[in-house]
Amino acid sequence: MKWTLLVILAVLALALSVVLGPAAVPLGELLRSDIVWNLRAPRALLAFLVGGSLGVAGAGLQALVRNPLADPFLLGLSGGAGLGAVIAIALHLSGPWALPIAAFIGALAALGLVYRLGLIGGASLDPRILLLGGVAIGAFAAAITTAIVSLADAAELRNAFLWLWGGLSGASWDSVLLVALYAPIPLVVLLAASRPLDLLALGEEPAQYLGADVERVKRRVYLAASLLTAAAVAVSGVIGFIGLVVPHIARLTWGHRHRSLLPAAFLGGGALLAFADTLARTVVAPRELPVGVVTALIGVPVFAFLLKRWTIA
Amino acid sequence: MDDRVILALDKVRYRYPGASHDALDGVSLSVGLGQFHAVLGPNGSGKTTLVRIALGALTPLVGRADIDRRPASMWSRQDLAKLVGVVPQREDNLFPQRVRETVLLGRYPHLSLWGRERAEDHDAVDRALGACDVAHLADRWLWTLSGGEYQRVRVARALAQEPKLLVLDEPGMSLDLKHEMGLFELVLGLVREQGLGVLMITHDLNLAARFADSLLLLEGGRPVAAGAPNDVLTQQTVETVFSWPVAMQTVDGRPQMIPLRQPKESRA
Repeated sequence: MKWTLLVILAVLALALSVVLGPAAVPLGELLRSDIVWNLRAPRALLAFLVGGSLGVAGAGLQALVRNPLADPFLLGLSGGAGLGAVIAIALHLSGPWALPIAAFIGALAALGLVYRLGLIGGASLDPRILLLGGVAIGAFAAAITTAIVSLADAAELRNAFLWLWGGLSGASWDSVLLVALYAPIPLVVLLAASRPLDLLALGEEPAQYLGADVERVKRRVYLAASLLTAAAVAVSGVIGFIGLVVPHIARLTWGHRHRSLLPAAFLGGGALLAFADTLARTVVAPRELPVGVVTALIGVPVFAFLLKRWTIA
Repeated sequence: MDDRVILALDKVRYRYPGASHDALDGVSLSVGLGQFHAVLGPNGSGKTTLVRIALGALTPLVGRADIDRRPASMWSRQDLAKLVGVVPQREDNLFPQRVRETVLLGRYPHLSLWGRERAEDHDAVDRALGACDVAHLADRWLWTLSGGEYQRVRVARALAQEPKLLVLDEPGMSLDLKHEMGLFELVLGLVREQGLGVLMITHDLNLAARFADSLLLLEGGRPVAAGAPNDVLTQQTVETVFSWPVAMQTVDGRPQMIPLRQPKESRA
């Protein structure tokens, strides 16, 4: 029943984002419209894939750092990606893929640094240090980013700023195909870690005694979730709160078993981002809001509500 | 009854990296199926280190630690979890869950990567719930349980692993008399009826002496005495290891220790 509802919700969100838009396309001509085929359909699918990836990455990271209020972008990736993108803009690198590739490289660099920090205490990956190291690396990258932005001229600054807040306007069938080929690998790795992630909620030592290879699981989950986030940020900038709020809501309905939680977070995250992007495109049409603004406007109140619920429980 | 040895420690020595002295030195122990072993000692005597060595979480620097005749650290965690069930001293409850879900975690080592829980897994959970007398709590949330019920549920989870060896680390801590005795009776019942080998870490000399077949007394990482309770818990040994005067009595043929008052002026 709840799965049926979720699937209906996801299909509805996708349908809405194809039907609605600043240009009026009559329903009868929907399937023959270039706007729908070349702009709205790839954009809706990309939003869905990115939102789903962020939902799953968030659920996995929350179990890994053992903090239900963790967000994939807490781990410094957004800072690294932002820095990469801003460097690309400052260097006037052009071409449709310059920005995504630069952002992806920036995110990977941050990932590597944070991972190295997580191993600072020895051979065992320490999730608490991952979290702290992520915040530190993110702040460091943001400082450099701000320095570069403050030295750039106005038009470039606006570009960089908008890009950082996230947007799916660069969506094309190419980017959909790329994400559709890339994301399944880390997604399957995370899904395969479902049961060890359940055990990890007991603590590392008890999880080991129930059969989890804790060190391997921690590394895999961190890398897979980070690679998903890095790809998401590369194609759509920093879209906050999906990875935080969606797993949390999914947990309220599906419980904390990752075998069902992760698929639910994927569908829920996809639906939410497709819906948020439709809003971003339509509420101030013909202009467009960065979708990160919309997810934050929806996400922060939900987060505050969840925080209250969490601290009372 | 099969008295096959399931856990064998042989002259184990271990020192934590950077530590100035050994955490364990020259410790040997052999637990067979259908035997109840207790490890005793003051705080810091090496009891927890011994458990970690026995479970392959640490590798001895000298000596051997074998489970089912294979070095404990060589087992994969999953295979080991099918053989050894553990009730750790502490664990977290990050997310709220129900009793049956928790006990089902004990089946995880038996499940294939993509497979679902099978009927036999649910049967094993039911048997474990029944054996620990918590079947009536199956649908309760963990956080609504009393301390005694919670401990029995954790034993049930370890039983659901269908292990040959059960390891319990201070299971009686913070339990009242009824629940502590009930827990020891439960564990002894599992040893006698299901033929499990049991290794229990405890600081409670009297309960260990009443229930266990064999005791190992540690002090500063070294074995002080090992064997039947009557041989291990003598007045002299207990007074030396715990640095406190005691009197000894016998109940049910087992030694029981009564700490004596020690007025301030007579203390050395």
